[in-house]
Amino acid sequence: MSAAAPPGLRDWLLTDAPASRRQAAWGRRYRLWRDFRRNPLAMAGFLVVVALIALSLAAPLLATHDPGQQELTNRLAASSAAHWLGTDELGRDVYSRLLYGGRITLGMVVAVVGLVAPLGLTVGCIAGYFGGAADRILMRVTDVFLAFPRLILALAFVAAIRPGVTSAIAAIALTAWPPYARLARAETLTIRNTDFIAAARLTGATPWRIILRHVAPLCTPSLVVRVTLDMSSIILTAASLGFLGMGAQPPSPEWGAMIATARRFILTQWWIPLIPGIAIFIASLAFNLLGDGLRDVLDPKQR
Amino acid sequence: MTSRLRALAAAAASVPITLFGLVLVTFLIGRVMPIDPVIAIVGDHAQPEIIAAVRAELGLDRSLPVQFVIYVNKLLHGDLGRSVMTSHTVVEDIRQFFPATLELATAAILIAVLLGVPIGVLAAVRQGSRIDHAIRVVCLAGHSVPIFLLALLALLVFYALLGWAPGTGRIDVAYDGLVPPVTGLLTIDALIAGDWDVLTDALAHLVLPAGVLAYFSMAYIARMTRAFMLDALAGEYIITARAKGLSAARVIWRHAFGNIAVRLITVLALVYAGLLEGAVVTETVFAWPGLGQYLTVSLLNADMNAVLGATLVVGVTYLAFNLLADFLYRLLDPRVT
Repeated sequence: MSAAAPPGLRDWLLTDAPASRRQAAWGRRYRLWRDFRRNPLAMAGFLVVVALIALSLAAPLLATHDPGQQELTNRLAASSAAHWLGTDELGRDVYSRLLYGGRITLGMVVAVVGLVAPLGLTVGCIAGYFGGAADRILMRVTDVFLAFPRLILALAFVAAIRPGVTSAIAAIALTAWPPYARLARAETLTIRNTDFIAAARLTGATPWRIILRHVAPLCTPSLVVRVTLDMSSIILTAASLGFLGMGAQPPSPEWGAMIATARRFILTQWWIPLIPGIAIFIASLAFNLLGDGLRDVLDPKQR
Repeated sequence: MTSRLRALAAAAASVPITLFGLVLVTFLIGRVMPIDPVIAIVGDHAQPEIIAAVRAELGLDRSLPVQFVIYVNKLLHGDLGRSVMTSHTVVEDIRQFFPATLELATAAILIAVLLGVPIGVLAAVRQGSRIDHAIRVVCLAGHSVPIFLLALLALLVFYALLGWAPGTGRIDVAYDGLVPPVTGLLTIDALIAGDWDVLTDALAHLVLPAGVLAYFSMAYIARMTRAFMLDALAGEYIITARAKGLSAARVIWRHAFGNIAVRLITVLALVYAGLLEGAVVTETVFAWPGLGQYLTVSLLNADMNAVLGATLVVGVTYLAFNLLADFLYRLLDPRVT
């Protein structure tokens, strides 16, 4: 990535006496970034994630074929100049399908996280801040959802609605929020009794304002770490659902579904099922590396 | 001691509530499904009277709360309904398929512990060294690899290319049904019957799926062991032990490891529960006739009784292991009150 900031800007960022709130905030971010950059594995993860996002966004520009276009006379072809990664059992271009599949996978990750992180944060903050009956009820509900293995509950849920990307997103979200609620609650419990919260209360701030403006922002760093680490497991769960025929449905180029349909060629044209598998592995590994690096920077005590 | 007993009792008291929630969630999932269970049984072209009769027989004409009470009542009498696909009761099916999953998961956790614990200790003792980094990468890969990719790769390499492992399934057709089922675990049954051929064949079939399943757990166990050991090795009693001139091995295994063993046991219980999940995918690839495969086949056939029964059994097992972890931790660790 870009080298260090230009000297003038760097001095402004690293000053010991920031003149404004904005300067202090950006200075802190810059220091975190400098720490993060020192970890080569985390940087590798970060770069791969950025590359994945770029490739998915630019899929229509980069694809050499229509991902759904069949060419039955050219089935199961090996890599060639026309088809960089060969073709699948219906003669579709694997490279183009892989690019479009990335859109589905990353889209599912974004959708799940977008649903789950705010929900978990809200539940956890409310339970932790108010305590008492609200805490007990919310945590009991959380426990019930934690009592199911993630994939199993998602499978049953998807089967009950209808297999597909949307229900897979809903199912994964349903199983993914409890750990966030737990985490946010634990953080809230330590924040709740601090002096600055008491001060905010004394100035007449409503509980909702305190939760929204003072508690939730402080829960965010550990939540961000958790979300990043979780993205890899969301990718794996989504792919597993696709692989078991309960997620994205063929002819969708979702990576798990691609493996499911190409599975029977593992002993003859082994690269066809392996290529999307490797894509899943790389994406999931990248998010794990990124999350690990973020944890070291944002949450050093959890190392 | 009394305060600890009270804590145990409190933990135990929460079980029925969680169980109730589990049953409620399963029940609701079963009731929102788009497939009419009556049509699934009698077919599309049945006469309206028959449909109505079956509907009444299943209690589906009552209100949702009443249906739930009926469901729970049946559950308490060990009735999970009948599978449309196998036409056995779901309880019979689960009794038949569960041992295979248990065998697979147990073999996997044995492998995972035997590899994961020493690796984790090694990484902690050599913190920051090249070995530590290598182990970190191996573990991260274990967390990141989709288990079906690993399973397919294992089949490709060890079965198709090298021919070291037998193919899919639990046992060769030639040996199928040779030993009387006592426990349902083929390896144990073969051992009881004293049939070495069956035992070897069953073990040979077990190695590949168990190894694949073990990788993920191994990564987690190694990571936790490393973290716990780093914690323990930073203790002042370790410095004392070293200053006394004890051997490095004694300090590491007796003093440091002895102190983390309890925490590790709870991790193991959690990992064991998590294996149920990996088993679903692994069993599908290896055609392993366990609960996971039963679940996926039922899913694809929209056999809702079977799906919900299997889900519930897995949920209860998972809960039991989580509880076990909690109990062991509270019971064995004198520092917890």
